[in-house]
Amino acid sequence: MSNEQSMRRVTAIRNGTVIDHVPSGQALRVLEMLGIAGETSVPVSLVMNVPSKKLGSKDIIKVEDRELTQSELDRLALVAPDAHVAIIRAYVVAEKLSINLGEEVVNVVRCTFSNCITTNAREPLAHRLRVVSRDPLHLRCHYCGRPQDLDELVKNAL
Amino acid sequence: MTGLITMDDLTNEEILSILDDAERLLPVARGELYLPLLRGRIMGNLFFEPSTRTRMSFETAMKRLGGDVVNLGDVKTSSVVKGETLFDTIQMVDGYTDIIAMRHPRQGAAQYAQDAARVPILNGGDGAGNHPTQTMLDLFTIRQAHGRLDGLKVVLAGDLRYGRTVHSLSHALTRFGCELIFASPTLLQMPAEIVSDLREHGATVTETEDLYGSIDDADVIYMTRIQKERFADEDEYARCAGAYKLHAKHLGDVKGDMIIMHPLPRVDEIHPSVDETRHARYFEQAFNGVVARMALLCRLLGVTVPADVMAQGGAL
Repeated sequence: MSNEQSMRRVTAIRNGTVIDHVPSGQALRVLEMLGIAGETSVPVSLVMNVPSKKLGSKDIIKVEDRELTQSELDRLALVAPDAHVAIIRAYVVAEKLSINLGEEVVNVVRCTFSNCITTNAREPLAHRLRVVSRDPLHLRCHYCGRPQDLDELVKNAL
Repeated sequence: MTGLITMDDLTNEEILSILDDAERLLPVARGELYLPLLRGRIMGNLFFEPSTRTRMSFETAMKRLGGDVVNLGDVKTSSVVKGETLFDTIQMVDGYTDIIAMRHPRQGAAQYAQDAARVPILNGGDGAGNHPTQTMLDLFTIRQAHGRLDGLKVVLAGDLRYGRTVHSLSHALTRFGCELIFASPTLLQMPAEIVSDLREHGATVTETEDLYGSIDDADVIYMTRIQKERFADEDEYARCAGAYKLHAKHLGDVKGDMIIMHPLPRVDEIHPSVDETRHARYFEQAFNGVVARMALLCRLLGVTVPADVMAQGGAL
């Protein structure tokens, strides 16, 4: 099946964002990380486990009438660092956005350890997670040094 | 090197060089020689949770070297109770002092303080996280007894789950190629992520519940306190605690130069009968807290410890 056929499994969107090359089975986690799971006023379409030349199989998400912001791209980097993001305007790709997972993830998610200094909301601190390895993705809190569980991290988006 | 937050802030060479400094400072720590290397310097002692040995040994270390100490005092009567953030407290003390020793109940607090401060921070324990100055005094005690750190067989026993001293020490011993035996009740085992981290760094680790079966060829036994409040069931506590009470009668077949250490305070895990044996080192270990912290204070404040301390020092 061609990439175009995979993309056409759901209707083309007029305006919004297409997130392609999401690792197979991760679409729901991506939506949760982006805060568009559950109640949302925008239509969302997703296909899961479709064939992909690059990944073997992949998920695709289409979010209508919403363009991802930089902070949402930063969150996306934690669950689908190799995803392709396209902004669609009037049915055509108006912009391709790149996802950048740097050395450190700052003010994107909060450390998952309950006794970390970062849980004190009154402290004027930046939430900093160090990228220890990219594949597989391993993160550690800059402050307490604890390794981060990605499933838990999804619930800690800022 | 700015401060000392975790043992990762020190290379093996730096560790050994600081231990060498500590060795030379022993007569100063014992009060046999006056060497005011830190005259005119002020240390801020910020202990946000109770401490006896760590706080007092930091203070003694600074004063033995001619420096001065200002204390946060009881947290209940400080500005913390008025709701001051740690950031603000650090900004204030940073302006008053040349170096800060701190302990805080939250993990990561020392790193946060170091990010906020101009002066070096010495982490005296942050939550269940790191306690690198304790690790330095432990390494000093081990090297003092065995003349080396590399290739030793070290049994760490008791509460390995919550004890921050054993976490930092295990990492440091791994860097020196020691073999580690973790003897603990299942409930208080070394956290799996730490064990896997140690193995990734090349450690040989054995986990067991059998303390007494693990000690005969050990070079060091590092005991820790088993805390009653960790157990939901009192009978379970009694059973576990009983299995980790080292008595002189257990030491019949151990190596002659094996040493027994404990970060103190102890409860029942080392019977007083052990105190009189040649293996007991826990009181020297507590004293070594002074000399190890003296060496660290000098290093972080950029003060060189003279090669010939006896020639430089004066009578008290």
